[in-house]
Amino acid sequence: MTKITLKPKRQFSVPIEASVITPENFAAKTMEQIKLLEVWDGNRPTTLGSLFDVSSEPDGGDEMTIFIEGDVSKLRRIGKGMRSGSMTINGPAGMHLGEAMKGGTITVNGDAGSWLGARMRGGTIEVSGDAGDYVGSAYRGSREGMKGGQIFIHGNAGNELGCWMKKGFIRIGKNVSQLAGIHMTDGTILVEGDSEARIGAQMKGGRIVVLGKVANVLPSFSIEEIRNVVRAGEERLPGPFYVFAGDLTEGGEGRLYALKEKNPHLQFCEAYIE
Amino acid sequence: MNDELIIRNGIVVDPANDIDREVMDIAIRGGKIVRKASPSAKIIDASGMLVMPGGVDIHSHIAGSKTNAARVMRPEDHVRDFERKTALTRSGVGHSIPSTFTTGYRYARMGYTTVIEPATPPMKTRHTHEELNDIPIIDKACFPLFGNNWHVMEYLEKGDVDGCAAYIAWMLRSTKGYAIKIVNPGGVEAWHWGGNIRGLDWEVPNFGITPREIIRGLCKVNKILKLPHTIHVHPNNLGKPGNYLNTIKTMDCVKDLAEEGRAAIHITHCQFTSFKGEDWSTLRSGAEEIANYVNKVKHVTIDMGQIIFTATTTMTADGPFEYILHQLQGRKWHNTDVEAETGAGIVPVVYKRKNFVNTTQWAIGLELALLVKDPWRIYMTTDHPNAGPFTAYPRVISWLMSKKARENTMKRLNQGAVKKSNLPSLDREYSFAEMATVTRAATARALGLKDKGHLGIGADADVSIYGVNPKEVDPSNDYRAVRKAMRRAAYTIKEGEIVVRDGEIVKVIEGKTFWADARVPDDMEMKLQSELSEKFQDYYTIQAENYVIAEDYLARSAPIIPGGTR
Repeated sequence: MTKITLKPKRQFSVPIEASVITPENFAAKTMEQIKLLEVWDGNRPTTLGSLFDVSSEPDGGDEMTIFIEGDVSKLRRIGKGMRSGSMTINGPAGMHLGEAMKGGTITVNGDAGSWLGARMRGGTIEVSGDAGDYVGSAYRGSREGMKGGQIFIHGNAGNELGCWMKKGFIRIGKNVSQLAGIHMTDGTILVEGDSEARIGAQMKGGRIVVLGKVANVLPSFSIEEIRNVVRAGEERLPGPFYVFAGDLTEGGEGRLYALKEKNPHLQFCEAYIE
Repeated sequence: MNDELIIRNGIVVDPANDIDREVMDIAIRGGKIVRKASPSAKIIDASGMLVMPGGVDIHSHIAGSKTNAARVMRPEDHVRDFERKTALTRSGVGHSIPSTFTTGYRYARMGYTTVIEPATPPMKTRHTHEELNDIPIIDKACFPLFGNNWHVMEYLEKGDVDGCAAYIAWMLRSTKGYAIKIVNPGGVEAWHWGGNIRGLDWEVPNFGITPREIIRGLCKVNKILKLPHTIHVHPNNLGKPGNYLNTIKTMDCVKDLAEEGRAAIHITHCQFTSFKGEDWSTLRSGAEEIANYVNKVKHVTIDMGQIIFTATTTMTADGPFEYILHQLQGRKWHNTDVEAETGAGIVPVVYKRKNFVNTTQWAIGLELALLVKDPWRIYMTTDHPNAGPFTAYPRVISWLMSKKARENTMKRLNQGAVKKSNLPSLDREYSFAEMATVTRAATARALGLKDKGHLGIGADADVSIYGVNPKEVDPSNDYRAVRKAMRRAAYTIKEGEIVVRDGEIVKVIEGKTFWADARVPDDMEMKLQSELSEKFQDYYTIQAENYVIAEDYLARSAPIIPGGTR
């Protein structure tokens, strides 16, 4: 199929609604049609071609691939609802990247904004840098969070990661801010670094594994046991881990695993293991 | 300026004037229906189209602090439903709780021209009027809540009905309210203490009074003040299996107060209070019992509160009920206490087709509408947004007018609930005249709005014209055509102005706000005034002077003088 490359013509200053940038949307179109796709530059409608240099070249693969070269941190909703194909962004990406995505892959060589993979249903997102708040979460007020797919972030992630998550896998290479896994009902979150406070608040199910320091465990979590090996996604991680169940305020049956070695401040909990 | 208009050759359905599908011309001048217009009048060719009075909705939560709290609480309700601004109209959002402007546009597009906000805490009615002012095109009014008001309960406890009447008259004037709304009488006060009231003769905590006495007392007050509408009652035990008995008792408790042949009580969103059974698993329809009672007496009117299968938002002054709903469904919950007056709660819900309880509720609403024989005493509502958004009215109309429409919907519902329901055995199908009665003529009459809901000489020129021929179409089979036409009026005419054409807004005007300018004799008023400042001193965080909403606060004030001229 084709490889399409988008290069920003200038430094963007206001948010741009760019949900038209998806592999399927480009696949059935000629170069001219792609250039004429409507995007909103702030409060003005304009065309993709006026913001980007668009070029295409044939590609041996059987899927549509899109390359975005440059700073698109002002672009919102890139890859919204995409089902197949692949997209690579070499540079920082904006908010709502891969929103409600159902398949295909998105790779960001740089940072990603907030709401990365929000309402995601399938596919894979990989970010080499950091991501903002609400990664893989639900729309504000809604209870429909991530329901499938995988998100890999090699850097840090912000607050409320995996809010209302129901299925799928999120892996964070470094640290997460507050309230990771809030309201989650199933699925797995693996944090290789540290977590700030209130992790797993109001979770009803699912698993959160932290390989670094957990700032504190909510009082509505109760310690179950110490376990030597914990599974996260495909991997089996060596422990020992403190295993907490919660969030009990919601009658929750979620599990929070904190590596014993990095969490000496949780040692007092051991006395409560029945 | 020529403000004359002739609607030519329309097929008119005007049940209040016994006109059923007659081809005739309607002349309009100065915002009123007149006998004849001059030859220079603008002409609308309505040949082959259904012409009816503008729709009058008796119960729809469209404005006020609870509506706004729900908007804030439910961004996910708005995200998929939004309207862009046009040269004429403002942008807006909202599926179950539309923005104020959007509310006006959507009602007008369906041919509705008058809508009543049925529950406003008196103290927060300033906010309600601010929102009503922002709802364009349609006329409106609001009902202040009195069923748990401390002063009302104190007066009635002392047996001082006249004092209570003077207080309510002052309250209606001060809040620019239209009628007396009673929600879970005494129960919301009990909720202040974490409790509820489960029967008509339970005592309200800290007041030596029962719901029966509150309802009867306010019914007497309504009569003394000659208010245009009856008391508008949301009974105790709403949403509780087995509550139909309490509903019948509630209707019966004011039977002796009714004047011959006149209504004395309106039971609103009756579907929610027509539940039979012990608990949710044994839930059955009590519609037959309720309808039998309503058919037997003359003093009761009811509205449907028809369930629509969609995601919506429940909001009611019945705080304890919302708490139960929150406990049942685990959805987010908003709870409010309004000092000395009432409370309120908000919980989002999804009515699901395959759910036993929801299917039963759906059947109850329609059974009520089909079993109550007199269309002048049953009104079409969805208790917007509690049972469903008002935008679903065309769907409800198709269910009322077509057994086939009901059967087609029933196929997709919970079959266990359908089997236990009476609905499949009901063959009645509404005629166009009956449909026009339950959506406009009867509601206008129940509200005492003499110039609304009909097309007689002197009536307000609120007319809706639909692109469907009621002489040719068979609504029983071709219910989809009727439904489609009802969604987007060919024309909506409000006060003689064409506001909608082909389902699109073509002109935005400001609607009126009706309120009851109720008065009592001077001696009663003097006595009240001597007590009032003390009452506010004792019970309120604000002074009586600041409580009063001035008439110029309303964008277009339209006072109604109870009992006619003064």
